[in-house]
Amino acid sequence: MIEVEGLTVRFGGVVPIDDMTLTLSGGTCGLIGPNGAGKTTFFNVLSGFVKPVAGTVHAFGDDLLAIADYRRARWGLRRTFQTEQAIADLSVFDNVLLVRENTEGGRATQRRDVMDAVAFVGLAPEANRRVGTLGAAQRRLVEVARAVVGRPRVVLLDEPAAGLPDDETEHLGRLIRRIPDEVDASVVLVDHDMSLVSACCATTAVLDFGKLIASGTTADVLRDEHVIRAYLGTEEEV
Amino acid sequence: MSEPDVQASDEERAPLAATPASTLPRGEAVPPETIRGLRPRRDPVRVLVGAAALAFVTFGLPGMIDRFWLQIVTSVVIYSIVTLGLGLLIGRAGMVSLCQFLLLAIGAWVALRLDFATSLPFPLLVLSAGVVTGLIGALIGLPALRLSGLYLALITLMAAGAITVVLRIAQFPNGGGGFFGNSAAGGASSRLPRPAIATGDTAYFRYCIAVAVLMFLLALWHVRGKPGRAWAALRQSQATAIAAGVNVTLYRLWAFALASFMAGVAGALLAAASGGVNINQFPVQNSILLLAVVLMGGVYSLGGAVVAALLLRLLPALLDDWGVSTELLTILFGVGILQVLLTAPGGLVDQVPKDLANLGRGLRRLVGPRRAGDEAPPP
Repeated sequence: MIEVEGLTVRFGGVVPIDDMTLTLSGGTCGLIGPNGAGKTTFFNVLSGFVKPVAGTVHAFGDDLLAIADYRRARWGLRRTFQTEQAIADLSVFDNVLLVRENTEGGRATQRRDVMDAVAFVGLAPEANRRVGTLGAAQRRLVEVARAVVGRPRVVLLDEPAAGLPDDETEHLGRLIRRIPDEVDASVVLVDHDMSLVSACCATTAVLDFGKLIASGTTADVLRDEHVIRAYLGTEEEV
Repeated sequence: MSEPDVQASDEERAPLAATPASTLPRGEAVPPETIRGLRPRRDPVRVLVGAAALAFVTFGLPGMIDRFWLQIVTSVVIYSIVTLGLGLLIGRAGMVSLCQFLLLAIGAWVALRLDFATSLPFPLLVLSAGVVTGLIGALIGLPALRLSGLYLALITLMAAGAITVVLRIAQFPNGGGGFFGNSAAGGASSRLPRPAIATGDTAYFRYCIAVAVLMFLLALWHVRGKPGRAWAALRQSQATAIAAGVNVTLYRLWAFALASFMAGVAGALLAAASGGVNINQFPVQNSILLLAVVLMGGVYSLGGAVVAALLLRLLPALLDDWGVSTELLTILFGVGILQVLLTAPGGLVDQVPKDLANLGRGLRRLVGPRRAGDEAPPP
């Protein structure tokens, strides 16, 4: 549950997020919009990389913007990056362990939690391999494992399927759908792959030029003519 | 590429939160005890060879060389602690410091002054010198929170310059007593009394090896542990590290503090080495020399620190002994650093074994019949 009120971000004269008010309910929410709509900037505000000039963000009742950036992972905020950022020099296991040991949770269950997360994404046989030797799809999965290890509360996925072939995207979609129930975390999914978004997300919000132009159940939103005009073009293949 | 995932999935897709310990989805392919993060292959032969080499250097070598060369190898051991710290800072944490050489002087100063003011035993003097130098190093590292690369290097070089100025003004160390170690006569060197168990040159050499081994273990513990993983994240990108919950400020400063701690420890050891320390021993340009040898030795493996120390201390002595001008060294290091930066980012410690293997393959091909399986050695 994330409540955003009057959020505004300004980079000089550019306003990537303009007075945005939005409620993301639990489960998996989609966040779509054309390039430059402010989706990644919104994630960066949540992560603490970008400081908004106005507005508030509350997640599960906590004022997210008041938490120091690196402490947000401990609070339960996790994310993946648009350009995948699994750490190439570390093994799959160590990548996930890095998140686990820097967030909450005792040492007793540390190894088990890490292996659970690695197994969750289906990478258990590769746990000892250096991430730099993995393929693109598997590195994406490492990022997902990092996002679900321990006790995450909100998982932000920034175009996790970018550049993946269809079958890998499908596998990823199945994983994402399992996160809310099995990991007990809310998921916010940004992606341009509309079939992935409609397969994973019950509700979807649409941004355009930093403004919220629609939100509601995914099926309704994707039929909305404003959305179609702003983003999807005239082809109604969705 | 998704094949293994799909196959492994049935059993592993048990609900994550509700998985009881007994049915943990640890794949059959990987016995749990082998899952321990990435480990360099540690074949027992290499460990044995390493241990044998260390034993030989510790117990055999001092009997085979005269006093002069014993002093040289002692200083190689001491300087390997400095290069170890700088190598960690560059290779692991991804930051550059050009003031490590001057921190060596700080370590020596702290140890000498503490010895003057207190009656601390030698190991505690060394430790305190390390801690105080570590704190100073962390202070110098503060700009690293905002700067990186060239700008950070410049800042630390300025810090090195500032330390030199302070040393010049204080006329330290010139053999005197008191807080500043100042003697009116001047020109002498200051020397720290050695511990009772290691008053002789050979015993002190072994003492230094013991301290160096401890420092290498400390480094290994950092690299293999939580700090090593945090540094790996930082090296890749700050955003990734923050998103993983890594306290970036803490780990950046910790890297500086650790490298400086090692420089301080080495400084204290140096103060008790033959000849002690004198004011002409810490010129600023040596900081750049230090950076050069550390890069040449190799910053991605701890063994690189030993190679770097050999280049820094043994090579000049050898050239001198052979009657070659040590001025040549500057050119040699210049070429060496270009070579490393262009072709061997892992440094000599990584490159030489590969080159030897390539050479062996090349020779075999020259003398033996040409086989189809032999591929050309990489350029």
